This record gives sequence, structure tokens and C-alpha cells, in this order.
Amino acid sequence: MNTRTVSVNNTFTPPEHTWPRNPGMPLDLDWVASVQVNTSAVERRAATLGGRRTVKKEFQAAWLCKAISCIDLTTLAGDDTPGRVRRLAAKARQPVSESLLEQLGLQGLTTGAVCVYHEMVETAVRALEGSGIPVAAVSTGFPAGLSSYRLRLAEINDSVKAGAREIDIVISRRHVLTQNWQALYDEMAQMRAECGQAHVKAILATGELGTLRNVARASLICMMAGADFIKTSTGKEGVNATLPVTLTMLRCIRDYEARTGIKVGYKPAGGIAKAKDALLYQAMMKDELGVPWLQPDLFRFGASSLLGDIERQLEHHLTGRYSAANRHPLG
Amino acid sequence: MTVRDIFHSMDYGPAPESNAEALAWLAAHEGNFGHWIDASFTAPHDSFETKNPATGHKLAQVTQGNQADVEAAVAAARRAQPKWAKLSGHSRAKFLYALARLVQKHSRLFAVLETLDNGKPIRESRDIDVPLVARHFYYHAGLAQLLPSEQPDLEPLGVCGAVIPWNFPLLMLAWKVAPALAAGNTVVLKPAEYTPLTALLFAEISREAGLPKGVLNVVTGDGATGAALVAHPEVNKIAFTGSTAVGRKIREATAGSGKALTLELGGKSPYIVFEDADLDSAVEGLVDAIWFNQGQVCCAGSRLLVQEGVADRFHTKLKHRMDGLRLGDPLDKCIDVGAIVDPVQLAAITAMVDSCKDGEVYRAATPVPAGCYYPPTLITGLSTASKLMQEEIFGPVLVSTTFRTPGEAVDLANNTRYGLAATVWTENINLALDVAPKLKAGVVWVNATNLFDAAAGFGGIRESGFGREGGWEGLLAYLKPRLKTKTLLQAHPAPEPVNPEVEGLDRTAKLFIGGKQARPDGGYSQAVYSAKGRLLGHYGLGNRKDIRNAVEAAQAARGWAKTTAHNRAQILFYIAENLSARAAEFAARLLELTGKPGEAEVEAAIGRLFTYAAWADKFDGAVKSVPIRGVAIAMNEACGVIGALCPDEAPLLGLVSLMAPAIAMGNTCVLVPSQVAPLAATDFYQVLETSDLPAGVVNIVTGSHAELAKPLAGHLDVDALWSFSSTPLSALIEKEAAGNLKRTWVNHARARDWFGAESEGRTFLGAATEVKTVWVPYGE
Repeated sequence: MNTRTVSVNNTFTPPEHTWPRNPGMPLDLDWVASVQVNTSAVERRAATLGGRRTVKKEFQAAWLCKAISCIDLTTLAGDDTPGRVRRLAAKARQPVSESLLEQLGLQGLTTGAVCVYHEMVETAVRALEGSGIPVAAVSTGFPAGLSSYRLRLAEINDSVKAGAREIDIVISRRHVLTQNWQALYDEMAQMRAECGQAHVKAILATGELGTLRNVARASLICMMAGADFIKTSTGKEGVNATLPVTLTMLRCIRDYEARTGIKVGYKPAGGIAKAKDALLYQAMMKDELGVPWLQPDLFRFGASSLLGDIERQLEHHLTGRYSAANRHPLG
Repeated sequence: MTVRDIFHSMDYGPAPESNAEALAWLAAHEGNFGHWIDASFTAPHDSFETKNPATGHKLAQVTQGNQADVEAAVAAARRAQPKWAKLSGHSRAKFLYALARLVQKHSRLFAVLETLDNGKPIRESRDIDVPLVARHFYYHAGLAQLLPSEQPDLEPLGVCGAVIPWNFPLLMLAWKVAPALAAGNTVVLKPAEYTPLTALLFAEISREAGLPKGVLNVVTGDGATGAALVAHPEVNKIAFTGSTAVGRKIREATAGSGKALTLELGGKSPYIVFEDADLDSAVEGLVDAIWFNQGQVCCAGSRLLVQEGVADRFHTKLKHRMDGLRLGDPLDKCIDVGAIVDPVQLAAITAMVDSCKDGEVYRAATPVPAGCYYPPTLITGLSTASKLMQEEIFGPVLVSTTFRTPGEAVDLANNTRYGLAATVWTENINLALDVAPKLKAGVVWVNATNLFDAAAGFGGIRESGFGREGGWEGLLAYLKPRLKTKTLLQAHPAPEPVNPEVEGLDRTAKLFIGGKQARPDGGYSQAVYSAKGRLLGHYGLGNRKDIRNAVEAAQAARGWAKTTAHNRAQILFYIAENLSARAAEFAARLLELTGKPGEAEVEAAIGRLFTYAAWADKFDGAVKSVPIRGVAIAMNEACGVIGALCPDEAPLLGLVSLMAPAIAMGNTCVLVPSQVAPLAATDFYQVLETSDLPAGVVNIVTGSHAELAKPLAGHLDVDALWSFSSTPLSALIEKEAAGNLKRTWVNHARARDWFGAESEGRTFLGAATEVKTVWVPYGE
């Protein structure tokens, strides 16, 4: 059981230091080949979860605050500027207005990380100094991952040097689509090595993998190759995080733990914009993997607009009145 | 708990659904209900409490229906029936549509009331039961609309008595009431003693649909009330869902009454997990199979069969999943398992599990609230000999054993007296579609479980009962041919003359068992005389041992069902050809036996053989339009071994009229020929012998109908029994059939024109088949 106490008063523990890192394991192709995913059954489970699990009142407020602590507050746009990133960093430090947090008894709550492109890493690191909030950099030719292999590896190195403590790499989808598992494993292992002390999240781009079976195989291989997190999407694919994809990946994480004893984290990204959606994902994490996977060291939301909806729900919880977006500071 | 505490513990909190509206409805009736007869509540009397099993608190008082109440309700239904039946299909469709809409409009009230009365989680009543109820009425509104044009030769049965269980009170009401009303019947419904409230609410709401007086009546009470309804002579059909024990009693009680009967009874349904299955999804499926409705589901996947190589891994995953199940207040929107319906049922489950001395019992490591709750339980390591592997527990208890090969999985799955449902998990479509037809069940789910829909037939075989609910096949159980029938008088053989005329070489007619001519076990024979007193020959007097041998031979020939329909058609054509070659001889024999020219009967018999040769490869199943991404395939499968007492009045044509549909559909049969003129049949076995019919597919045992009916009807390895004997045996047969709850089709002493169109075709094919619905969701 996770006995770590979560401190929220400006002593926010950096989220990456609770469990042993995933050292990876040799590629086990028998395991990969034996993977079975029944799409209809996965969809049924995902579709009925919302009817089985719900949290109300103070429980909902607490769960939503927990969700905030797991958000990788993200900006990944071509028009990002230092000013834009500094504003985002400020929002990460103070994701909910101070008065609301005070009433909730959760002063000091921050988001899990700030997630930016390489060019913005330095700005973000400086803006977050002293907060303990890590900067995550998307890397390796994000989002398509089709720039030269040398450059992709170099990009990781550059971002780590610039102060990124988390690297979100994208896998080569073509290796999955052509069943070139060895290439996928080797690529992932080398990227993990490039990251050094920085934690690595492997973006599978599940919307481009075609089948849940491929999602499961890619999940297993990335974990075998040492991914600290597996992540659904870049946010740029046609289909991003979904509950069936999530269920498939969580079951892989569970199997990997059963086999190796290692806990690997999970990050759904893209399309999670409502507080209600976040609660559903949390319920799936809790039911499939357990409470440790509700903490930011094993769970992140890749989201930009989710926080705004959560803020409104929290105010509603405290006041009984439905809230408005303009009452909450823009991120 | 503060937000901060919860932030650390991340517990689920309470999420109660309000019961205010439901309680207000009860209060509006002062918590005291009479019956619903002629569209209004009667004055309550002799009332008993119905309780909320989750709290033990009384919800309301309901009336214990007595004989007079049942009389009044049946009389109301009888008065209303002719006018209801005379309405156009469209008019009845409008009423059923209104009922569907009303269920939707009051959906939350129904759901909450159901949960209060039954203890099932509000998620299930809200997301499963009530939507299925609405769907059932919509679907049957459509059937009512189409019935006159699709089935112009059928008419309603009359007054239907429905006796329903406590596990799905409103859904079972819908399954009985919707088809009955769609077909033009009126209904007297007896809800379960534990759970009468949603039926009363439904009845009251039916007034908002403008349902005419007397069309739907509800009489509450216990088993005695149900028994009074079952026994009522003015009731034309009983539709029962409940335990096999009570179903058997109803079969006995209605024997010989002429009441139509459908029974949906218990089960011990296998849940087969092959090594190549998506194990996590199969585990999740078990949550829907055995922890749905606290396992109080007739078709619950309660018997886990898992391939040995993955069994340990599967059990580990399963236990982990069980630990995550949340038990508690059924009105809480965040629980998985609610309350057991009543302390009596809780005690029964507890006693059964506690009596189990073998295997390893695992109880979910999840908090169990005080009161009427039972923890999700898994018992592994049981053998087929274990009592809990065979008997229905009707609670959240899963028993498990392992198998090695697909063949062994099928053997284990079918090693049960029941035959309701089965579940198969594999990613191999070859395996799934090979195994599904081999499973003895009315419903098979592939990579899913407990899928239901109004368009898909549901029901069992063996001791899980007979009849289907849902689809056209379900509606047919509420209809009968529009025929004027006459009383069938008992036929008697020509009397033994004082001075019999004997000529020619002695011929010995034998029994025909397993493809061989066999002497009767008892060593007795009976002489047959022509009307003019000529000795025509002797026939063997078969006895119970001959029946035993014939049934064994018929069982041994069950491979017949696996032959292609084309092959069966060819053989039927060939039988016709060989009969035709000897037409003159058969005609002469019939003239001697019956005193009437036989040419027409022989020609009719040849025509009938052609009819079923034609049907053999054309009585197609269906793909049902169910609301999933997938297919629900309704397969017409052979019943198995069919016993038939053949008509006396058309000794050759009658026998052929029963034999041909039976074997065309892949059944094997034991035929007892006309008792008056058995030699027509004994001549006929020579035709069979020369027609490439495999041994044992048709067996012929001559003898006294009165003597042979009992061992045949009581035989536990006979799957269906038909009787068109002129000897009044319908009551005896239906009573004896209660032993293994075989399907029966008897004449109740009504005559039939064996030459007419009514004596061939779909009615006979339907009797010779069971509809098996195989659900195959798909998607990659």
C-alpha cells in the first residue's frame, strides 16, 4: 500500500519519487504474442463504469482536487511564447483561487507538472523555481515522431539539460503497424537511456494504432523497455484518450506489475475537458489498479481546459451556485 | 470527513438515489394495496407485509389473494378478452406503444420502487431492468401491428395466467404481459410474494394508457394464490418463470387440462473460458454473470469452466476483481452488489455454501454490510460430483472447475440437468462457433454474458423449461391455429372373430429398434383382424424394456443431427421413392386394416415425405436485430429424441406426419404406431431399411398406447413427447413429462385432419426444433 503522505502546504513532494523506477526487462515476444483484447467486451466495461461509480459532495470536491494534482498543465501550440508559458506556470502554482482552496483545506495544491515543447522548457523551469513542480517536455519529434532518429535522441538530451524532469516521447507508430516489435523495444530503450534521471512517458498515439490489441502490445513493449509512464496520445491525433483505450492500457500495467513488481504510471491525454470525465478516469484507475494510481507519481492527465471546468465545479460545491468561467483566473 | 481527509484516502462516498417519490406513491395508497381487477384496486383484505430487504423495514401491505379474488380476476379477463382480441393489430399496437412510453416517462419511479422492494442495485433497475421493459413493450407494439398480416391463421389463446418471480419483478411482467396482450389475450398476473409493488404500479399506470378494463389484472399473494390461478379452469395458458421445483408442480397441476404452458425455470449455466480468451474481459464478464442481481438470476453463469493452463492466472485475476466489488445500500449509485431479496433466501444460500465440504472457498475481501447481504464467493477445486457443481444456488456464489480440451469443456458444460444459458470466451471464432451449437442451452453468449433483448428468444431446454420469450418465437406461444376441431373418439381394433379366416404364409411383424427387427421383450403378440374377420397377422406387444432399448438406440443415433440438411432431405426423398415403389401393396394393406381404400393415404404419405424433404434444408434460423454491434443468431436445433404416439385413424399417413418433420430437423425418434392398425407401420420399417436411414434414427415399438405412454413420457432421456393417440392419454403424458420437464404436444382428445394442410408444415417443424439464440458481439 502507498504509505506516502501527501503534503499540500508548499511542501508538495515532487511526484516522481515514490516508487522504484521501471528498470525494464528483456523483450518477451511470447508475452506480446499472447495478448488478447476483446474490443466489444472492453467497450461494454468502459460504457457501464459511469453507471457503477460516482462521487458526490465533499467526496467529489476531494477527488477533483486530486485530479488537479495530477494535471500536466499543457500548452503545445505553435504560437507559444515565454509570456504565455509564464502565465501557465503561475496557474500551475495556484490552480484554484486561494480563497476556494482555503475553504477546501487544501492550500498549496498545485498541478502535477507543466508540459511544454523544448523551446519553452527553460522559461517554464525558471517560472516554476521553488515550487517543486516539474517541467515535462514533449520530445522526439513530437507529435509525428518522424524526424531523424539522431535528432530525436538529441532533443531528449537538450530538454533534460534545459531542466526538464519528465520527457514525453512519441513512439514510431510504424513499428507497431508493421509488427516490428524489436525495433519498437530498441527505440524505447534507447530513449529511456537518453532521459537519464528524467522520467519518461511513452506516448503511444493510440488513435493511430488501429486496434486495441495493438495498443496492448505497444503498452507492454514500452514497459519492457523501461517506460515510467505510458500515455495515450499527443492530443494531435484524430482520436485521443478514450475509456476503452484506457482500460486496455491499465490492464497491461496491472499485468506488468504482476510479472515484475514494478508500478508503471498512466497518462491519458487529449479530449478530457470536463470534471465529470476526470472523475470517470479516476474511478477506472481506482477500480482497475487501486489507490496508488490516483496519485500524481502514477497518474497524470494531459489536459489544458480540464482545470477550468474543475474550478467551476469546486466553486459550485462550496457555494451551491453554478459558477461562471470568468470568475476563475485564466491559465 | 473533511475534503482534505478524503483527498488522502480517496474513498468513494455515499451516493444515494432519493426514495422520496416512491415512498410518496406508497403513501398515496396509504401503504395498503388490494388487487388490480377491472382497472381499479379492490379493497385490501388479509394483507401481508412487503419489505425492503436492505433495511428490513416494511414498505407496504398487500393482499393475500384467495380463491374468490382469483375468480374475480379471471372473470374480468374473460369478459374483456373477446373485444380485446377483436381489436385490429394496429389498435393493440397503440396500447402497447403507450405502455412503452409510460414506462419511460415513469422510469425512475419504477427503478426506485423495484430497488426498494427487491434489493437490487439502483444501477441495475435504472440501466438494465426498466430500459429492457420499455424495449419489450415497444417491440411487442410492433408485433401486434404486424401480427394480422404475418400470421393470419393464428388466433389468441384467451385468458393467460402469468406467475412471475421476485428476481426481475417488472421485467418478467413485461416478458409475460407484452406478448400476451400483443397476441390478443387478456392477462391475470400474480407477482411474487416478496416483490409485488412494481406490478401494482404498472397496473395503475396502465390506466394512463387507456387499457380497457379487465385486459390486465394483478392478483397479489403467495404460492397458494398462484396455485389457484394455475388451477382455474377458465385460464387458457400459464406462463411461469421461477424455480424448477415449482415449474414441475405446475406441469403436473395443468396436465390434461388443455392449458398451454411455457416454463422458464432454473439453471446452472456454464461459463467457459478458453486459454486464448481475453482473460481480463472474461473476469469482467463474470461480474455481469454471477454478481449481477446478487446472482439471483436464472441464467447466471454460475459454473465456471476454465482451461487448466490458465486457471491459476484466471482465478488470481478473478479474486482481485471480486475484492473490488462494492456491496451496500441498493439505492446507492456507487455499489455493485445489493441486498439478497429476503432473509429466507439468504439463509438458503448460506446453508448451501456451508454444507459444501470440498473445494476452496474464497470470499471477496470487501466490506459486507450487516443485514441481508452475502459476499461474492468463489469456490474452486470442485469436481463434477460436488453438490454445488450441480445444484442451483441462486446467490452470488460461483463454482469453478477446469478442463483440458474443447471436447471436455462441452462434456462438462452439458453435464447438468439444466439447459438455460451458456457463455463461451475465446478469441478464436472457429472454436466459438464450433462449441456454441454443441452446448445444451437455449441461449449462448460468445465473449459476453447476460445480454437480453426483446427481439431475441430467451428460454431453456431440459429442466430449465420450455418455450421462448422474445421474438416471433415468443409470440407464437400466445397463439394457436384458427381451427374448429372435433372430439376424437377412441378407436378400437376390429374384434376378434369367432372363426377367424386364416390364409397364406404366417408373417411375423417385429419391433424396429436400432435399425434391426427385434422381438418384443415380453414375448407377447397380438393378432390383428380385418373388419371382415380375416387374420392379417400379429404384432409384437412392446413393453417398458422395449421403450428403454428404443430410446437407447435413438440416443446412440444422435449423430443424425450433425448430418447435413441436404443429406437428410435426400434420405426423406428416398423413403418416399421406396414407399412409392410399394404403393399398391401399402394401399391394399390399408384397405384390409381400415376397410377403406388406401391409395389416397399412401399418396398423401408420399407427398408428406416430399414436404419434409423439402423443408429439411429450408426451415432457416434468423439473425435478430438486437441493439448491439454483433449478431444474435437464432438457430433451429433438433430437440433430441422425440417420442410419438401416432394417430390411430390414419395408420400410415399419421406415422409419416410425425416421423418426417422429426427426422428432417435432425431428431431421432421412438414411434408407437397406431394401436388399431400397427401393421401399416411394421410394413413401413422395411421401407426405412432400404432407404439409407442410419440405424436408430427411427425406432418403432408397437403395442398398447396406454401401456407404453407412461414409460415413454417418464423417460428422462427423451426430450419431447407427442401424442395423437385416440386413447385419452394427454393428462398422463403431461404429468409423467414433469420428471425431466420434456416438451409435450398432445391432442387433448381433439381430432385432426391428417390429410389437410393443418397437419404439415411450420407447426410441426416448430415442435421438432428448439430455438437457440447465439449472441456474438464483434469488433476489433
